Amino acid sequence: MAEQLIGVDIAPPDLVAKVTGRAKYAEDFRAEGMVFAKLLISPMPHARVRRIDARRALAMEGVVGILTADDITPVDAPGEACLTMEPLYQGEPILAIAAVDETTAANAIEAVNVDLQPLPFALDPLQSLRPGGADARTEGNTYVRTQESRDFQSLKWPRSVFDDAPPGTLPMGEPQTEWTIGDVDAGFADAAVVIEETLSHQSLTHHPMEPRSTMAYWQNGKLYIHTSTQSVARTQAAIAAQMDLELDDVVLIGEYCGGGFGSKITGSPIMLVPAFFSRKLGRPVMMRINRYEEHYVGRARPGFQAWTKMGFRSDGRMTALDLYIVQDHGPYGLSGDHNSAASTASLTYQPENMRFRGVTVYTNTPPRAAQRAPGGGAIVAMLEPLIDKAARELGVDRVDIRMINAPADNEAWMGANQRPLTSNFVRRAIRIGADQFDWAAKRQLSGQRQGTKATGVGIGVSPYSGGSSGFDGLIVIRPDGRLYIHQGIGNLGTHSFADTARVAAEILGMNWRDCQVIWGDTSQHLPWSSVQAGSQTTHAHTRANHAAAMDALAKLQQIAAMDLGGSPSDYMVDEGRVFRRANRSRGLSFARAAERAIELGGRFDGHELPEDIHVMTVGSATGLAGQGLMGVAKDNYGGEGAIQSWVVGFARVEVDVETGHVELKEYLGSADCGVVLHPRSLAAQIHGGAIQGFGMARSQKWVMDPKWGAGFANRFYTARPPGILDVPLEMDWVAVGEPDPQSPVGARGIGEPPLGAGAAAITSAIADALGGQCLCRTPLTTDVILAALEGREQPFSILDAHV
Amino acid sequence: MAVIRDMIPAFELFQPTTLQDALALLAEYGDEGWALAGGLDSFDWFKDRVKRPTAVVDLAGIESLRGVRPWGDGIEIGAMTTLTDVIENEDVQSRYGLLREAASHVATPQIRNAGTLGGNLCQDTRCWYYRSGWPCYRAGGNTCYASAREAMNREHCVMGARRCVAVNPSDVAPALIALDAQMVIAGRRGERVVDAEDFFIGPAIDITRMTVLKPGEVLTSVRIPPDYAGATFYFEKVRDRQSWDFALAAVATAMVTSGGNIQRARVAVNGVAPYPVRLENVERVVAGRPVSEETAEAGGAVATDGAKPLRHNDYKVALLENLVRRSLRGTEA
Repeated sequence: MAEQLIGVDIAPPDLVAKVTGRAKYAEDFRAEGMVFAKLLISPMPHARVRRIDARRALAMEGVVGILTADDITPVDAPGEACLTMEPLYQGEPILAIAAVDETTAANAIEAVNVDLQPLPFALDPLQSLRPGGADARTEGNTYVRTQESRDFQSLKWPRSVFDDAPPGTLPMGEPQTEWTIGDVDAGFADAAVVIEETLSHQSLTHHPMEPRSTMAYWQNGKLYIHTSTQSVARTQAAIAAQMDLELDDVVLIGEYCGGGFGSKITGSPIMLVPAFFSRKLGRPVMMRINRYEEHYVGRARPGFQAWTKMGFRSDGRMTALDLYIVQDHGPYGLSGDHNSAASTASLTYQPENMRFRGVTVYTNTPPRAAQRAPGGGAIVAMLEPLIDKAARELGVDRVDIRMINAPADNEAWMGANQRPLTSNFVRRAIRIGADQFDWAAKRQLSGQRQGTKATGVGIGVSPYSGGSSGFDGLIVIRPDGRLYIHQGIGNLGTHSFADTARVAAEILGMNWRDCQVIWGDTSQHLPWSSVQAGSQTTHAHTRANHAAAMDALAKLQQIAAMDLGGSPSDYMVDEGRVFRRANRSRGLSFARAAERAIELGGRFDGHELPEDIHVMTVGSATGLAGQGLMGVAKDNYGGEGAIQSWVVGFARVEVDVETGHVELKEYLGSADCGVVLHPRSLAAQIHGGAIQGFGMARSQKWVMDPKWGAGFANRFYTARPPGILDVPLEMDWVAVGEPDPQSPVGARGIGEPPLGAGAAAITSAIADALGGQCLCRTPLTTDVILAALEGREQPFSILDAHV
Repeated sequence: MAVIRDMIPAFELFQPTTLQDALALLAEYGDEGWALAGGLDSFDWFKDRVKRPTAVVDLAGIESLRGVRPWGDGIEIGAMTTLTDVIENEDVQSRYGLLREAASHVATPQIRNAGTLGGNLCQDTRCWYYRSGWPCYRAGGNTCYASAREAMNREHCVMGARRCVAVNPSDVAPALIALDAQMVIAGRRGERVVDAEDFFIGPAIDITRMTVLKPGEVLTSVRIPPDYAGATFYFEKVRDRQSWDFALAAVATAMVTSGGNIQRARVAVNGVAPYPVRLENVERVVAGRPVSEETAEAGGAVATDGAKPLRHNDYKVALLENLVRRSLRGTEA
């Protein structure tokens, strides 16, 4: 019997290269004649470039050229180009200079004179919404999409909206987005307890370990680009579209990515600078992004200024949820974190009545993008302590109130259209998590004091998207008897490029040592794939590889039947052979079957392809045709409903009541993500995501001077992602393991939900340690907690942004 | 001129092996010269091109500046001794645990392996306006951005301000003040010794410098007398995260007790003023009193005398008072 591949730990195929340093990331590549580019970035939050004088720079020895916004393909607003003549945030790239070495390029940048006309700027969404408040963009401060039109708008609320809001309470003017389910007023009328709070959540940069460096060159009209990207197939497509090239004219190499968290889903705009520059110069161009630049061009999670009102019946059931979110949008694009927050809240609590209202406002702050559980992670971190508050007022146990409001198995809905899910078993996740954490005993510790340390225990329920479908799988069994699994998804450290490949190997009865995963280089014939984001790949590509493997299995059986008699269904596979069920010795090796596939040609070896696969897969499969027995298919397994995974976090903290210091003592994450593909990898996601959530809940934020529009949290040590000493010594996990019935493999993705679970368990635990006092803001920094403990004025108002 | 960060410009590097050669080089280059210890502060400045010396004098090759040696009944620590070596030294561990504790709270193990005792003492402030190259008083300009009406000053000072509101970031400085250490300074004209508490200066004395070191001078060693060896020590640093972060406030206290009474105590704090502050009023209040919660309360109550918080750092007043109180309870952090 071939080894079991699903549900067991493996060493992923990139492991040795990573730990020995042999793995080559984008900035490790060199090409003949390569030059280095450096960026000139805007010192102002909003300005117009009146004049560029680069004569002195271009005259410097070793300088080979300049790239400005005039040299690149324009991008329609509110999209973002890689260079601009109207920077919309401090740190936005204006031009690049290339030189024979990086120091010369940097010195040349310093020799450029840029004449900037300062323009009005807005850092705080609420300030921009005030009458007379500055708009971040010359076109307006928000973008309105209706069925009839799409356009910018300068949205201002009447002065009375602000005057009528008591201090520390969110002003709520006319929203851009509004939806209602049921009747919230009736829900509040039914409620035994009503909780109403203003909430805030600060923006924070993604800060993956690897900054987004890129090296690019052109050969015979083709662009070769080495870049740091989460996805591969989809990044190739994005680059082709942005550079106005055919897909075949882009070769993307991105075998390794040092983290992205949503900031490099299909790369990012800045990767196009070397692409345009190398075309202009006729030389390879390397542009290394340093940590300072990464802060600016590296994307960030949007901040929220929010308000909620929640009603609960005496048994703890949520009768109504009213939510208003003002989202800080940054200067570009169309970000919908506030919408995701609302649908995640609806899913988490299944309120009997709900209203959501929201506004997104452009600001002159670094651009936003999806960051691990965008919207969802932030909202559960904000709301979970309020669920605790309701539980306390009602005398209901805090686990019980979550069980009461969490959807029963397969009865969930989410969002304005009350969409069902493919499956959900969150109540089981709460129960097994509570058991393993020993909630019954731990809750007794709630509020206990030992010296100056007050203990708090908390829970965070966090759902988020866990899949997509309809992509292609592409595998080949070659005459060497090995299985080659081509993966168009990326490798950002999650192992899913390998874990999802194992599905194909398992179906074909292959031992893992006889399999090779092909990934990270679009010249290696990769299939059309999901983006490596939104926790899609585990679900999407277990299915796609399942489909390709089933196609290959059918072809193996057909060849065996042709050559050895009987019908295809008489044959099965194991250990690299296809043989008769009744007589194991009567069969073919996969090596021989691959030779036969090549002899037979047609659909057996990829000369004939399914009609429903993506054009990219057609190209890749055509490139591989004739090399062996090909399995190629689109995931047509279908399915109804949103695909969501869950993690329920349990945390114990100690808050020092004299300093505000919080020590995380223990954490457990309990997951509902379907079949567990790779336990160690799942643990890494549950724990790693939680740690990222700890940072969001405790320490990470921006600091910007409101007068100058300049940011200061632009280094690791000032941005304050958590370090290892901020992580509890005891971290545990458990998973429900119930298969998603709508997928043939049963696995859902798990990248996103751990973040909200970690963050919410901590905000819940801190509020518990404070005797149930919810400070209703993240991050809960030391000063905020101490000011509350001491009854002193908070360092900042709850509605202040970027403090 | 456009801003380039994280890219060190070229400079001439000197690696002398004797102190005399180093001093001669620093004298020769004057304002254009820079004495380099472990580099953790210096390289930040160089990378950001805010400070651009033409000549860097690396002190790492001067053996006489390294190591821990006896000094009378006390010890003398070479300024170029790494923080890790300070932490691991047996004398420091057994007699001067306060210094060991303070040094072990610096940044990260990697930074402590490279960073030196002298470098930690001589490092510049981390005021983000100043570090960003803004032309503030400390940088030779004519304003303080951090004390402006809307400024971001959560991490700035609550005492000792004089035009500049930056804070001293050193963790070992308050410990050495509490241990009544002395700083040995070498210059072209010879050696001078100053008390630790006098080594650090505030903006009222010189707004552009953190210490009494004049251009061309080098801190060569730190001498710790036996007076507080083996005393009751307390060090605590409160920060937003537990590694690679500077203190929001830190306290270092050394108490000599006898029969349950505090015979004498030295208390120093940092992160709250442009210089590490010795709290002599606290020392006076607690001297001769029993080690007790009441004594701790009394000490804490006067710790913040004269404190004036800025718009966003009122919490530091409470934090400082609480830290000083904790440090006087006679229990370890």
